[in-house]
Amino acid sequence: MALDRWIALVLLGICIVYGYTAWFTMDGSLAPFMRRNPIWPSTFPKVLSIIGVVASLVILLGLEKGEEKIGDIDHRRLGDYFIGQALFLLGLMVVYALCLRPMGFVFSTSAFLIGGSFILGERKWHVMVPVALIATGAVWYLVQEVLGIFLRPLPFFMGV
Amino acid sequence: MLEGILIGLQTALSLQNLLVVIGGCLIGTFIGMLPGLGPMSIIAIMIPVAISMGDPSAALILLAGVYYGAIFGGSTSSILLNAPGVAGTVASSFDGYPMAQQGKAGKALTIAAIASFAGGTIGAILLMIFAPMLSSVALLFHSAEYFALMVVGLSAIAAFAGPGQVTKAVMMTVLGLIMATVGEGALFNMPRFTAGIMDLQSGFGFITLAMAMFALPEAVFLVLKPKNLGDDGGEIKDLRITRAEARAIAPVIGRQSLQGFFIGVLPGAGATIASFLGYAVERNIAPKAEQEEFGKGSIKGLAAPETANNAACTGSFVPLLTLGIPGSGTTAILLGALIALNVTPGPRLMIDEPQIFWAVIMSMFIGNLVLLILNLPLIPYIAKLLAIPRNYLIPFILFFTLMGAYIGQNNATELLILVGFGVCGIALKFANFPLPPLLIGFILGGMMEDNFSRSMQLYGGVSFILERPMTLGLLVIAAGLIVLPILTARRSKL
Repeated sequence: MALDRWIALVLLGICIVYGYTAWFTMDGSLAPFMRRNPIWPSTFPKVLSIIGVVASLVILLGLEKGEEKIGDIDHRRLGDYFIGQALFLLGLMVVYALCLRPMGFVFSTSAFLIGGSFILGERKWHVMVPVALIATGAVWYLVQEVLGIFLRPLPFFMGV
Repeated sequence: MLEGILIGLQTALSLQNLLVVIGGCLIGTFIGMLPGLGPMSIIAIMIPVAISMGDPSAALILLAGVYYGAIFGGSTSSILLNAPGVAGTVASSFDGYPMAQQGKAGKALTIAAIASFAGGTIGAILLMIFAPMLSSVALLFHSAEYFALMVVGLSAIAAFAGPGQVTKAVMMTVLGLIMATVGEGALFNMPRFTAGIMDLQSGFGFITLAMAMFALPEAVFLVLKPKNLGDDGGEIKDLRITRAEARAIAPVIGRQSLQGFFIGVLPGAGATIASFLGYAVERNIAPKAEQEEFGKGSIKGLAAPETANNAACTGSFVPLLTLGIPGSGTTAILLGALIALNVTPGPRLMIDEPQIFWAVIMSMFIGNLVLLILNLPLIPYIAKLLAIPRNYLIPFILFFTLMGAYIGQNNATELLILVGFGVCGIALKFANFPLPPLLIGFILGGMMEDNFSRSMQLYGGVSFILERPMTLGLLVIAAGLIVLPILTARRSKL
């Protein structure tokens, strides 16, 4: 089955769960005076769930005809691309999200920029480290001092 | 109108706003030049900066400057590298890149700059004429017409998605609308679809979603399939064009400014369609001998899409400023930024906050002038940016994506949501699901439900559809926009 149909199947599931919530569970907790209103909190979601189910079924069953279009990247030949680098970078983003608060902005960001370059194949440490440190310092100054948004610069065990 | 123009000039020509538009144009040009980063990603990245400025006029002027700069920057990479930074400049590479290969890169960039300037400026004049007219008509609209108009806008976006893509675009729009219903809406004052998760009480963050659907997938695609960035150091000489060349492109610029503007006004059409259509029209009406040159370095073939895409960018501001309905992903992001700044675009914007309305229009003239006089001499230096190694560039793009989401919400959980949505965005992009309709649906969702609910309450049910002829007419048009392309595609396949 083509990828767009798999995605349509997932979207169909989402629409069914969404529709079930809208049709069968949301109205139970509605205050009595609201029940006399022509519009309920579930009205618009109910309409959306129906359109969503119909649209996902049309894609799933291939009812709309059209040429199969391959985008910039053909997902059937993922092995031909730098898939490992992309996955590692996404992983690095997750690690960055988890470390940003406890480890502080300066350490997390420098490590992210150096790690990102390393994953992409860069090995010139004498360039990577100063570039990452200067960029981190500049962004921290801009965000904290110019925009006035607090970013804890140092790890939690160092006080700030 | 004269009073409005003077108010706009006064606001746009303040030192702060002049610096903002110059900065916006330069940032947009620099980043727009990087292949893979379109105006939507750049504007999404710049939104936290714009919001932190506090002044809605300055914020919108900054984002509009970034928008123009990004389109202009995209042309530069199209011409020099055959690697368009944005879809709207793909057609510019058809003749721009062959010109660069023939050693006429400087000339091609000059033509692109002049055509962009003319397209943007004529577009801004048309915007000045048509926006107030449309605003006065829109003041007659009630909530029922607004609801129907939003349905038409979303349907048009789906209809323009292309053969075989209409249902996918509808699905993405519905997904965006579904996501907009998550959280505590102002209308009902009760949490919906939060599954008891506290972080979802205020709904999904618009900036996070914009970053996840545009900036992150584009950056990951750059990792997956590296585009060949410049290896000649961007050496550019001779930026001059001859008088005969200027005479040849003048009528093209005139025609495409008008055509591009009106295509840009249509929801869902935008700069990409305008540029391709502009190229096709000029090729078809050119004399037989000149038609042969198209695709091999024709100056008309370069001027046409460059003029049309800039005029279309200006045209796309018409529905945004007058109806509060974005016609493209980029203007949807701008709408989100305006809402975050407590400004509601629509027909009353011109009456209630004329300084914002007119300052944006006036800043378009200034922005186009800035792009012409500042960027033209800077092109040889700006092109050096293309020499930044991918190994450094991509981590920075990803970092700014993360920072944009973090600064917007000041919440580290938002970064995990960003990565999660980003992965979904990548999967959808792999399967050729168009992503702009999702964001437009998400942004319009709240307003659409508000207007739908108000109409239902006023008429005691869905009878407003039959009782208001304009609403009925608009909904019939919307249905036609969805059904006709599907039927046409089926018939042509049989």
